[in-house]
Order: sequence, then C-alpha cells, then structure tokens
Amino acid sequence: MTQPRKAAALISGGLDSLLAAKLMLDQGIHVEGINFFTGFCVEGHTHAIRSKDKNKPKRNNALWVAETLGIKLHIVDVIEPYKEVVLNPSHGYGANLNPCLDCKGFMVGKALEWIQENGFDFIVTGEVIGQRPMSQRRDTMPVIARESGAGDLLLRPLCARLLPETKPEREGWVDRERLLNLSGRNRKPQIALAKQYGFEDYAQPAGGCCFLTDAAYSKKLADLWENRGEKQYDLDDIMLLKVGRHVRPKPNMKLIVARDDGENNFLSGYKKRFTSLYSVSHKGPLVLLDGEADDADLELAARLVARFGQGRDADAVNISINLNDGSSREMVISPMPVNEIPQEWYV
Amino acid sequence: MSHHQLDARNLLCPMPVIRTQDAVTKLAPGEVVEVVCTDHGALNDIPAWCRINGHKVIDTRDQGREVIITIEVGQSD
Ligand code: SF4
Repeated sequence: MTQPRKAAALISGGLDSLLAAKLMLDQGIHVEGINFFTGFCVEGHTHAIRSKDKNKPKRNNALWVAETLGIKLHIVDVIEPYKEVVLNPSHGYGANLNPCLDCKGFMVGKALEWIQENGFDFIVTGEVIGQRPMSQRRDTMPVIARESGAGDLLLRPLCARLLPETKPEREGWVDRERLLNLSGRNRKPQIALAKQYGFEDYAQPAGGCCFLTDAAYSKKLADLWENRGEKQYDLDDIMLLKVGRHVRPKPNMKLIVARDDGENNFLSGYKKRFTSLYSVSHKGPLVLLDGEADDADLELAARLVARFGQGRDADAVNISINLNDGSSREMVISPMPVNEIPQEWYV
Repeated sequence: MSHHQLDARNLLCPMPVIRTQDAVTKLAPGEVVEVVCTDHGALNDIPAWCRINGHKVIDTRDQGREVIITIEVGQSD
C-alpha cells in the first residue's frame, strides 16, 4: 500500500482550522497540527491568573482541536522570531496593533520549514476568502503564499475552489471537488458543517486569534513603546500587559496594580525584576513599578498604592517599598484622593 | 530507568507544555519525567498533550502553589 500524503495543518484552536484539518482527514491525508505560540495568543493565561475566572475550564483550544480530530499537535515557540513581525510589519497593522498579513506569512513560512524538516508534503490553513479585513482577502491570499515561500504547497480547504489549483490538487493527492468554496464573513456554513460532523463546544474567539486585535491591549503596548523610548518587548512585558490595572503618573514610571488575589500571586512572581510596593498597615494590592523612580517618584507611587487599598480614606498608610536591587524601606504617606488622579493616567 | 525533572515553574500555559514537549523529544520510550508547574492550567494541558501524542501520565499531584505531573514517554512511531 502506498503511504498516505502528509499535511501539516495550522491549528489556531478556532472552528475554521478544525474544519480544514477535518476535510483533509476525510480525504485520507495524514494530518498533524502545528500551533505557533507568539506570546500574544489568547489562551488560558488570563483565566489562569484572575481569581474570578478560576472556575472556568482552562482548556487549551488547540490541544482540544487536536484531540477532537485524533491528530498530533506540535506547539512551536516562536516568541523571538515573531518580534520582527510585530515590531516592523512590512504590510502595517490592522485596526489595532495586529500585523495580520505579515503574521500569516510568517506562520506559513515557519510551517514550510517544519514540513521540510519533517518530511511532510503540504500545508493546510483554515483561511476563508473575505473573512478577515486584512489577511483573508482575495488579493492578499496570494501574498501569503508568495511571501512565505510556500507557493502552491499551501492549501486552504475551506475556500480552495475559489482559488487557483495547488500542487496537492494537481497531483491528485486531494480531490478538488471535495474542497469548499466558502467566502465572506458569514459563519453559518462553518457552523452547519460543524454540526454535521458533530463538533460541539468549539471555541469562537470574538476578535481574532490574539491580543493584538484587542484595542485596550494595543493601547498598553503602544504606551510601553512610547515611554520606554524604543520599540522593543520581551515575554514578561507582554504577559504583564494582560494583567492588572495600569497607571502611568509620569513618563518614566508605570504602576501595575493587582485587581484580585490571583493577580497578586501572579505579580509576586516578578518581584525580583521590578520594584514592588504594598501596604503594611492596611489590606491592599501588590503593585509593580515599571521604570526608573527617584525618591519623589516613589512617594507619588506610594500614595497611589495606598489609594488602591483599604486605607484609601485613612490619614496615614504605611507602604513597604522593595526595590529591584534587593533593598527595601517603609514610607508613611497620605493616600492620594481619588479625584486627584487624572483619568489620563489610566493606560 | 532514568527519572528526569523539568522545572516549568513561573511559566504560563502553553509554555509548560512546550517545555514538556521539548524535554520528551530528547528521551527514550519508557523514560519518566516529572514536570513541576505553578500554572494550574497545566493540569489540563499536559495530560491532553500526552493523550494526543501517545505518552502516559503516571501521576498528577496538586500541591497548592505547585502542581507535579509525572509522565512516561510513549513509543515513538
Ligand atoms: S489576529 Fe493575531 S495571530 Fe491572528 S493573524 Fe492577526 S496578528 Fe496573527
């Protein structure tokens, strides 16, 4: 018997990539999933952090898709190489800081490297023409195939019949007639297909597959770049943007204020890297200070920290300040009145 | 049989899964690795990853702040 052809399917965890991979399995293709972790992915993190979300199931959707389909899943850490995509996207950003077109090209390019290393024949994605304003347009889909280097090794089973024939179709590895011709933003055909296959409980992310499509998140990232004076980030930076209330009283310092016990625990893991503050005389949140602060700045920070704790109406609150050089001290201050905190300080 | 330890503390999912995956690739079938995590999401994700990829979860222990998941590497195909 001849060996089945092998496809690597990009699995985001959403419905489209689930269906695309399923269509390939139906045609007797050996499918394995690849999921790229960029650091911005909308996965369990925030659930894992916030106490109020503790009882929601914390499942990883890409793993769920793979298990539902009975295929292997390879999760690939692309945090480092992905930075170039976010920092300098040649096709620019979408509505927020989402560089979708460059991102898709990057991921398909990485998938190409992967299939070459692992002896697979082609790449499958769940893209649908016209589904997303930037990366999934009729005119941008060839850009992804071309710039990734994948060319006609890239098959999009959900809309393949509206696109030029690819190698897997030409060579007869897959039957073009059994591929789909979906287009547009209407999700009904996918939902109907899911029902037909008996898929339930699949994830339906609202905006997109990552935090970069989120306006509030993008604003925090832009603020970070602007005030650091350079467009750079590391994994800690982008994780912390998902956590806490962010308050920037001055360009040189930002406070990250925990909103509940879960965030308190999470932020306490960063005490070595950042200066941290909390009230010792009253209950209150743990606060990280990002930036360089002099004594006057620390006093301002301490007054803000007091404002977010139960001592907000007290005359004096004792704040413990633990500098990231290991030294610590206490400062007795009066909490900053709520009406003295300008709205613009909230990032 | 060799017994390995993997420190995945202070990492958020899916990083503990990625570290587990990288560690397991380097091990032979039958070898055992104990993964220590602080993200409780790993209690779902690592067993799911093991089921998908044919490895066996021998034990999971929730110790409050830390969770420990012990895996036996399956046969590679
Ligand atoms: S939403 Fe995020 S992960 Fe998805 S294509 Fe756009 S930039 Fe990439």
